[in-house]
Amino acid sequence: MKTQAAANYPLGVAIRGKLLTRVGYAALYILLIILAVTQLLPLVWLMLFSLKNNQEVFNLPPFAFPSQPHWENYMNVWTSGNIGRYFFNSVWITVISVALTVLLASFVTFAITRMSWKGSQLVLGLFMVGLMIPVHSTLIPLFSMFLKLHLTDTSVSIILSYVAFNLPTTMMILLGFYYALPREVEEAAVMDGCSVNRMFFRIVLPMTTPVMATTSIINMIYNWNEFIFVNTFISSDENKTLTVGVQNFIGQYTTDWGAIGATLMISILPILLVFLIMSDRIVEGIAAGSVKG
Amino acid sequence: MEKVMSNKLVIALYVLPSLLLLFAVIYVPIVLTGYYGLNQWNGIGPMTFVGLDNYQHLFTDAAFWQSAWHSLLLALFSGISLIGYLVVAMILSGKIKGANLLRKIYLIPMLLSSVAIAQLWLKMYHPTNGVLNSLLASVGVHNPPEWLANPSLVLLALFIPIIWQYAGFYILIYYAGLKNIPETLMEAARIDGASAWQIATRIKLPLLREVINVTIILSIVGSLKYFDLIYVMTDGGPNGASEVMASYMYHQAFRSFDFGYGSATAFALLLICLVATWVIRKVTATSDTIQYS
Repeated sequence: MKTQAAANYPLGVAIRGKLLTRVGYAALYILLIILAVTQLLPLVWLMLFSLKNNQEVFNLPPFAFPSQPHWENYMNVWTSGNIGRYFFNSVWITVISVALTVLLASFVTFAITRMSWKGSQLVLGLFMVGLMIPVHSTLIPLFSMFLKLHLTDTSVSIILSYVAFNLPTTMMILLGFYYALPREVEEAAVMDGCSVNRMFFRIVLPMTTPVMATTSIINMIYNWNEFIFVNTFISSDENKTLTVGVQNFIGQYTTDWGAIGATLMISILPILLVFLIMSDRIVEGIAAGSVKG
Repeated sequence: MEKVMSNKLVIALYVLPSLLLLFAVIYVPIVLTGYYGLNQWNGIGPMTFVGLDNYQHLFTDAAFWQSAWHSLLLALFSGISLIGYLVVAMILSGKIKGANLLRKIYLIPMLLSSVAIAQLWLKMYHPTNGVLNSLLASVGVHNPPEWLANPSLVLLALFIPIIWQYAGFYILIYYAGLKNIPETLMEAARIDGASAWQIATRIKLPLLREVINVTIILSIVGSLKYFDLIYVMTDGGPNGASEVMASYMYHQAFRSFDFGYGSATAFALLLICLVATWVIRKVTATSDTIQYS
């Protein structure tokens, strides 16, 4: 196509045009790379000072390597505080919440998209309106409800909140996938005398594995990083998750930069690792979860 | 078939658990928030019904309006930065080598917890040892500002990491939207002699309109209810200079134990978010739907 368009111009114009596009192309490229560097540099700096002692942090240039990396910073924060405990809490709360959210959302989405009943659109609407509700506007009553039920300072309060608030987004990503499932599958199953439950668990759910994986990762990132619910509902160190635990831990160590850096690195490494392995699914899921709104 | 797929018992079993959770954690609390707002209550003792007193107080509360103004500034700031993200996504969606890798790099900050980001940027802004002022000192700036302690700089200093956090998210959404536009349209335009600028403004932008509308809603409503980073980095300080609506609500309820007034603030936040969504929808509504032909 390009050569065709160029053929319409005199030779000089075509060459100048080509040179301009090449310069322009390089300029655009530089812009994109500067942006990438901007997004990464703070994290590189964090990694560097997590391996330094205070003297090196304050005396070396910010992006200089320490002469000898202080890996003991990581050992120290892992053994001295409750980081291990927080880490474990984050893991199991995230796993249970994600599993519950994806399973419950699959049930509802299946019932809405594949089964016929009055009010299915109303129910769908109720879930979708949930997308627009700010967490903060429910926080005070949730706190007093959990207080009355003796659920404050328990993981149950956190898990219930995560599942409820993640259901709408999860359903939104699942919806498109469920609508696209072929009718023939169900017809064949019903002909063979298959019950709805059997059809759902044996046929439909396995077919949606890819989209379930996507929503699981999106949910995982959200739950792993969630702050305000844990900060409000959980008071004892024993039940805190990594996000809130890190915040308190750093509050006690305001001057030891190496320890702070190591703590922060520990809290973000799992997510970075998952991203490294599953980045395509994550990118796809985030795009799907937002644009379809 | 029809009979199996409209089995009332199965539908109830699939839908009710999630629906109950949705009501218990989102809808009932919202109603309660509105109701608590009509009371004077410290969260534990008896409630005293005071009618619309709290809501009236909200209207004349200078501190609330100041926080609302800050939230609005953040919304404006985020809204304007969308233009930049759109430009980057346009460039990225052109024939750029490594576009896939770049947009993944841009996304990384968004995957990290607000606490980790907040703590990292607290260190970046550190008056003497932070990377920012170290770099300023190395180019000969002798009195670099104390970013977070300076009331006239603190908002800007907080907005920058928020922008940094979400840049990749919006670039990704625009990129996904742009990739959905059939390549044949652009090819046809190129054959007709359209320039890159014309293709961008006359074809890509109009076709991206729906996606742009969604991002405007996401960014403005997200800004109005923004909380995490500000709460961790400055806690609304110095002296209220960086208080936003959500942090103001949180302070009223969980620090001053004025649950009635906090609830009124939370309810106002909800209404503002819903009205903002509605207004943006109205303003950006198009009568003509886009069709790829």
